[in-house]
Amino acid sequence: MDLDLTPGQEAFRAEARAWLAAHVPPVPPRSLETREGFAEHRAWERTLAAGRWSAVTWPEEYGGRGRSLLEWLVFEEEYHAAGAPARVSQNGVCLLAPALFAHGTEEQRARLLPPMASGATVWAQAWSEPEAGSDLASLRSVAVRERGGWLLRGQKTWSSRAAFADRAFGLFRSHADPGRPPHHGLTYAMFPLDAPGVTVRPLGRLDGKPAFAELFLDDVFVPDADVLGEPGRGWRVAMSTAGDERGLTLRSPGRFLAAARRLVALWRETADPADTALRDRVADVAVRARAYQLYGYGVAARLAAGGALGAEPSMNKLFWSELDLALHETALDLLGPYGELADTAGDAPEGGRWADGYTFALAGPLYAGTNEIQRDIVAERVLGLPKGRGGG
Amino acid sequence: MRFLLDDEQVAFGRALDRMLTAAGTPGAVRAWARGEHGPGLTLWRRLAEAGVFGLAVPEAYGGVGPLPVELAVAYERLGRHAVPGPVVETAAVAALLSRLADAGEPGPAAEWLPRVCAGEARLTLTLPGGGPYALDADVCDGVFVVREGAADEAAEGAGADSGGTGRTPASRPLRRGRLLPAPPPRPPRLFLAGGHGPVQGSVDPARRLARPVPGRELPLPGAAVRAAAAHAADLAAFACAAQALGVGRALLERTVAYVGARTQFGSPVGAFQAVKHRLADTRTGLEFARPLVHGAAVALAAGAPGAAAEVAAAKATACDVAYAAARTALQLHGAIGYTAEYDLSLWIGKARALRSAWGSPADFRALALDLFRE
Repeated sequence: MDLDLTPGQEAFRAEARAWLAAHVPPVPPRSLETREGFAEHRAWERTLAAGRWSAVTWPEEYGGRGRSLLEWLVFEEEYHAAGAPARVSQNGVCLLAPALFAHGTEEQRARLLPPMASGATVWAQAWSEPEAGSDLASLRSVAVRERGGWLLRGQKTWSSRAAFADRAFGLFRSHADPGRPPHHGLTYAMFPLDAPGVTVRPLGRLDGKPAFAELFLDDVFVPDADVLGEPGRGWRVAMSTAGDERGLTLRSPGRFLAAARRLVALWRETADPADTALRDRVADVAVRARAYQLYGYGVAARLAAGGALGAEPSMNKLFWSELDLALHETALDLLGPYGELADTAGDAPEGGRWADGYTFALAGPLYAGTNEIQRDIVAERVLGLPKGRGGG
Repeated sequence: MRFLLDDEQVAFGRALDRMLTAAGTPGAVRAWARGEHGPGLTLWRRLAEAGVFGLAVPEAYGGVGPLPVELAVAYERLGRHAVPGPVVETAAVAALLSRLADAGEPGPAAEWLPRVCAGEARLTLTLPGGGPYALDADVCDGVFVVREGAADEAAEGAGADSGGTGRTPASRPLRRGRLLPAPPPRPPRLFLAGGHGPVQGSVDPARRLARPVPGRELPLPGAAVRAAAAHAADLAAFACAAQALGVGRALLERTVAYVGARTQFGSPVGAFQAVKHRLADTRTGLEFARPLVHGAAVALAAGAPGAAAEVAAAKATACDVAYAAARTALQLHGAIGYTAEYDLSLWIGKARALRSAWGSPADFRALALDLFRE
């Protein structure tokens, strides 16, 4: 058991660090949940891609570096330590791309991955519907067979990034089959948000920023080339990569480690050393960030040794969502009267990063399958407890 | 990087599991709590044969160590089976004496460590920061005491009240975080106790506590004693963290089995969501505590300068998780879990006791802040 990087991996870390030091914008872009901020983040994606750092685990032919999961963790540590911007292309890179690698055609990969990596195409996710949140299998939007493709009808909601993004991916009920379980007969489709028949209605998150949107789909045509995997088997495509959303790739340890480092620095600069209750909380979240980092190393090592993920992503999701909230809640408490300032306030400390991060973190326990659902998964699949949602 | 146990380490843990299951450990724990040490000492000799005590001892003194990763594996198993006795303390004394040997004082190591490996000597200690009580002094061959200078001597005699504050003031300096103010340290001194005061009960009946009686001083330079004691404190906290992880695991496993079998309102208790969620949180807590324990092992093995902070993070977290597991286990067992006759009690008390052993959660959190030293 060791935590030593090989000389090659150390060189990779040094290369990433040097590049980031030279390229990370000295003034952080505005929130990516605003139109101006979105454009600034898209420009940053182009810079990252030009340096071939936008998708380090992808094969080189698509603009990646063909590096391992462990090296990606190392890159993420450097990325966040350098204070680099949040990734506006995360839905595409972290959620759609793994599905394309696992289930897409070569034509789809060649056509869709490079513009995803460069920020030319920013993707929104279109999973949830008004009646289908964590219970994704109950969704009602349909895909109806049409010459050369499908017609999408229905409504999606809570679509992250959709207010300003270019394209979306989601699941649609395509094969009516009343005798089968609800997750059968679903099709995984990709469509442009400016296609005829698509209406995008931005939704304000808690602080009013349009972080997501409702999508109304009225006979939106999707050619066969934009169906991912086998029609009717979309559930399998989505679930084979659902672990990515809950697991490491969406919320890398580097992100929390950098926040923990900033929190500890803030505490050293500002806190009353006699306030041991606050010190306890700061130390507690710092330790949790370290635990998450080490856990990531363990997962990377296990996968590299040929192991497979089971229900770990569910535990992972419980852990990072609560860690993210605790980090930001502690920071706002540390900031005292400055803690309530919105990220748009001129006086907001650190350009409003803590306030914006706090608002973002509040959603963590809700999305990617609520934490209650994750606890059910851990209880049933890891601990082997009986199924059932009985009250009590 | 290969942050994984290798096949041999996994096999070692499984072998210990099998041995401790077959040995009827709960019976030995209960006897130990009554002061009947026979079955526990038999278990002790088997652990020595399995190589457990050699892991903390360098080869020069008959051991195979120090091997912190293997220690983590072994001590997690000791916790899982609630093995009684000064297992952590013996390893900590081995660390103390090994460091003194490294500093040019090999006498005590040569005298004690080969006997430790052979399972013939049980050792215990008190350190500044660990509280005034030596665990299981009544069954130990050597009781070591590190004390911060002469001024505290009178106050720390057997059975004496060290001022009545219960805050063990003399014990801060070696373990304080940067922000815990402490009196300027006096050169520490090492004693071999001449005996101990009356045995005091613990919330874990199998932990028998006593204050050492000041005995003869081992005249060693203060700097060497300080460094050795700090290392011993780290090792004690580390072994304690691994043990706590095993305690938490045992509590979870037993509770999962219980709620799967016990029915109420016509269905297994384990089908109720409120029950499932507490157990899922326990499992998640253990999942993320283990890498901290293993991370501390790697740091100790490398002699990394940040090892003390890694150990502190592991100790605070593993003991928190074990204690939360104990509360969950008790709640989900209901009244049966509250009875001494039921074996769950062997772990519930231990989870509480380990939390404050070798320093409080707040002490370790303060130390862990050094994970993010500028």
